[in-house]
Amino acid sequence: MSTLLEVRDLHTSFFTPAGEVKAVNGVSFNLDRRKVLGIVGESGSGKSVTAYSIMQILERTGKIVSGSIKFDGQELVDAGEKVLKTIRGNRISIIFQDPMTSLNPTYTIGHQLMEAILLHTNRNREQAKARAVEMLRLVNINEPEKRIKQYPFEFSGGMRQRIMIAMALACEPDILIADEPTTALDVTIQAQILELMKSLQEELGMAIIMITHDLGVVAQLCDEVIVMYAGSICEQGTADEIFYNPRHEYTKGLLRSIPTAGSAGTRLQPISGTPIDLLNMPKGCPFAPRCDNAMKICLSQRCERAQINADHQAACWMNVKAEMEAAKGGAS
Amino acid sequence: MAANNQPLIEVRNLKEYFPVLVGMFRTKPLKAVDGVSFSIQKGETLGLVGESGCGKTTVGRTLLHLYKPTGGEILYNGKPVQSKADIMEFRKKATMVFQDPYSSLNPRMTVSDIIGEPLDIHKMYGSPDERREKILELMRRVGLNSEHAARYAHEFSGGQRQRIGIARALALNPDFIVCDEPVSALDVSIQAQVINMFDELQEQMGLTYLFIAHDILVVRHISDRIAVMYLGRMVELADAAEIYERPLHPYTKSLMSAVPQPDPKTARANKRIVLTGDIPSPLNAPSGCPFRTRCAHATEACSAEMPEFKEVSPGHFAACHRVGEVN
Repeated sequence: MSTLLEVRDLHTSFFTPAGEVKAVNGVSFNLDRRKVLGIVGESGSGKSVTAYSIMQILERTGKIVSGSIKFDGQELVDAGEKVLKTIRGNRISIIFQDPMTSLNPTYTIGHQLMEAILLHTNRNREQAKARAVEMLRLVNINEPEKRIKQYPFEFSGGMRQRIMIAMALACEPDILIADEPTTALDVTIQAQILELMKSLQEELGMAIIMITHDLGVVAQLCDEVIVMYAGSICEQGTADEIFYNPRHEYTKGLLRSIPTAGSAGTRLQPISGTPIDLLNMPKGCPFAPRCDNAMKICLSQRCERAQINADHQAACWMNVKAEMEAAKGGAS
Repeated sequence: MAANNQPLIEVRNLKEYFPVLVGMFRTKPLKAVDGVSFSIQKGETLGLVGESGCGKTTVGRTLLHLYKPTGGEILYNGKPVQSKADIMEFRKKATMVFQDPYSSLNPRMTVSDIIGEPLDIHKMYGSPDERREKILELMRRVGLNSEHAARYAHEFSGGQRQRIGIARALALNPDFIVCDEPVSALDVSIQAQVINMFDELQEQMGLTYLFIAHDILVVRHISDRIAVMYLGRMVELADAAEIYERPLHPYTKSLMSAVPQPDPKTARANKRIVLTGDIPSPLNAPSGCPFRTRCAHATEACSAEMPEFKEVSPGHFAACHRVGEVN
């Protein structure tokens, strides 16, 4: 079996004074070994909360309400801290968006790199240090023996993100979750980091979950793509299917609205309206209020995810309509 | 360009140095902007790109005299902006839209007061009714519901807040707007709405923009010409399509090739020029060409002398010693 991670009908909510915010609302997906899965969506779409749910590092107000997360055959949702500690940072690692704040400023880089290695492997300090140096070299930090004694402020943003990657990969995880790893970085540095992630993924054979809002990053790196809106998956498929054969109105709108090299001098086609209020979710399709092609059924009933072809699923009534029309056309 | 074709904004050899404390008492100038010259025609959009710390925001702010320029000249309609009275007059005609729609709006002011503040400062109305009318008109113009005039900024989403910021910039009926990363804090679906609004406002009101952003695809979409900055200097300036398709400077080349194309097939085929290393600190800028430490084509001449920013082909400027050779 090559399925490494199996998420089924995951519901994660935040319980706030204003009410229950259903940040993740019935998410299911599989992640195979050695695959790069992209999760795209706007702020508030639940992409980061999905990742935090897998790691179970939600804020105090957040809670997995129901669903199952199976990692390598083991259920994680009710596994308890003891089990999770052997998995977090060891078999599943995460890197965060902001390299400026995710490192502890009061410890040296070496200390922070060695912490994970000492905790999860039975290396001694000497060996852990050697491993830390090796990891820094792997992410192209010059003079790692010297650099290991330095503090985070002595590194630039791109270098800090590379150190975060080194830290995440030190225990050779099966899955690396990258939460907007290049959003805070400049394009040339972003290119460096993406190339590095790609080559390390090929070299070490891990799976990556890439969380981003940038369709450009997805196109560079991902084999499979999940598009999220308001806590649900609206579409899932291979990168080529999502980019060249989108079958959900939201994905289509998203692809139309981004500027491309050829769009100069024309008007972009934005998605109208404003992002959804998670406290007041509509009954039907969450995207219906902003959808130009919304039908009556979209406002009253959610569409289930349906198979478009072997590599592609979407949850949009437009596909059902097209199918019915095709069937009718075929019959007459 | 014809001689009678007077640019709206002209910047000559603009310099902005910030003193930075080194040691206990000594300061050293941080050359945020070091000799930048360009001009913008009426109705044109000049895109300004570069990585963080290259000085692009400082150019925008110094241009509006939000910082006092260390050196150089700023001309508006051919007349230098120098005295206090000039600056006050200039600021009626040149305004700014800021990057962060969350921190650039005062949380204690209502939308109508935020948009009305420039009108108050420059005394642009005769009666309270006229002020109100003007504010409501501005809100309609940027697609805000005028019934929301009494609300506070926190009640709006990011895209709507940016609209408030734009309405404020439009309040004085300006000719020229410096847009400093106006869409980078917005979600993709909202970004397109705001970009289109910039386009529409330009057509309706004949506006001229200096559009500062790090997202090259956005800048490519909106700009007529694009300028690229590196370490406080301009390295290339050309027509938007020209610079995107035929960049001359090695830095621009790597910048353009690093753009993540939202298209898997192009992305797979794309040969990226991945730069090694990071931008040097502007406090310790390299001798000669500032880019030479990361440039694959650097020679000894590059470390000896600063390359001149010269016109390579009509309208296409670049600052590189080896501009003819490495193409």
